[in-house]
Amino acid sequence: MTMISHVLAANSLITAFAAVGILMWISGAISNYLTFGRIHGSAIAIMLGLLLAFFGGIATGGEKGVADLPALTGIALMGGAMLRDFAIVATAFEVDVVHARKAGLIGAVALGLGTVVPFILGVFVAAAFGYTDAISLTTIGAGAVTYIVGPVTGAAIGASSPVIALSIATGVFKAVIVMIGTPFVAGMIGLNNPRSAMVFGGLMGTVSGVSGGLAATDRRLVPYGALTATFHTGLGCLVAPSILYFTVRAIMGS
Amino acid sequence: MTISGVALLAICTLLGGYLGDLLGVALGVKANVGGVGIAMMFLIAARLWLVRHGALSLGLKTGVEFWGSFYIPIVVAMAAQQNVVAAAKGGPIVVIAGLGAVAVCFAMVALIGRLSGRVETMDEIQAREAIEASVPHFKSGRIG
Repeated sequence: MTMISHVLAANSLITAFAAVGILMWISGAISNYLTFGRIHGSAIAIMLGLLLAFFGGIATGGEKGVADLPALTGIALMGGAMLRDFAIVATAFEVDVVHARKAGLIGAVALGLGTVVPFILGVFVAAAFGYTDAISLTTIGAGAVTYIVGPVTGAAIGASSPVIALSIATGVFKAVIVMIGTPFVAGMIGLNNPRSAMVFGGLMGTVSGVSGGLAATDRRLVPYGALTATFHTGLGCLVAPSILYFTVRAIMGS
Repeated sequence: MTISGVALLAICTLLGGYLGDLLGVALGVKANVGGVGIAMMFLIAARLWLVRHGALSLGLKTGVEFWGSFYIPIVVAMAAQQNVVAAAKGGPIVVIAGLGAVAVCFAMVALIGRLSGRVETMDEIQAREAIEASVPHFKSGRIG
């Protein structure tokens, strides 16, 4: 037993790859068999990750979730700011500027609104719950944009881990509601043509939420929604820790 | 070479991070201002340049896309190491902010759709394309 834990601890990053891989495999199975593909495996995996961090925190009394367990210290490196930023930047490689032009002005308007509107809402909710410092308000607001923009913004402006955890959870919850709720409201909001799908993608953001929700509504709309949604995270990572943070700071005065 | 893709990605990330820090200093805040976003723009520009010059090799693509495909697992690892115990005390924020953001955005989709007039639905487009395909003489210049 001690030999096993020695191997796991000595190869901490490799252990993290294996652990996350197994977690994603389980999440994929849950997605397929329990939700019939309704909720994307990735959203389930992130929720399970948060849940494990909760139990890890209770078990160890530490502040770094499962990464406080000696065998799983590699999780801290794998999910740390360095590799996270590296992987997020890499996703921009799939963005095709030629395709971007197709979305046109209406796509750009939707993207802008899809970043600013949830942000303002998130800031107001956070303020209603008693947060008064600009850093926490901005991080939770950014989490209402997507679960990526939240932690990237929080890390960039120096938010605390509980606030970052809140922003991730908010973003994941939003993505899950988009996945489940879209088919039910599709008729009401006119989601039956490529243009409204592009507007939808730009406003909702999260690619997993948008593609999951559109797939359950009408499979043919998925590429249109994903087209604008792919820009959402990049735009959020650009404006949330800059323009939006400064605006909040100017208003809150700290 | 795969490493050229990984290196390109690394250079873009480092440049973005550096410019984000510089911007933070220039604006007088102790923060990285939009570094990840700036790095993404570098990578998009680099890809555009490579495609135009026919230099986008398979190895280079593999190097970048491997890390891109690693994005969700890394986010899962990031979620697993947060201080969720402390965050759980603020629980209702998650539900209210999440629900509110989705509700407002659904409403905006409907609003933008109404304001910008009617367009062909997916069913109508497919019906039209089916007719055009069966009557080749009347094909408008569209392909596929």
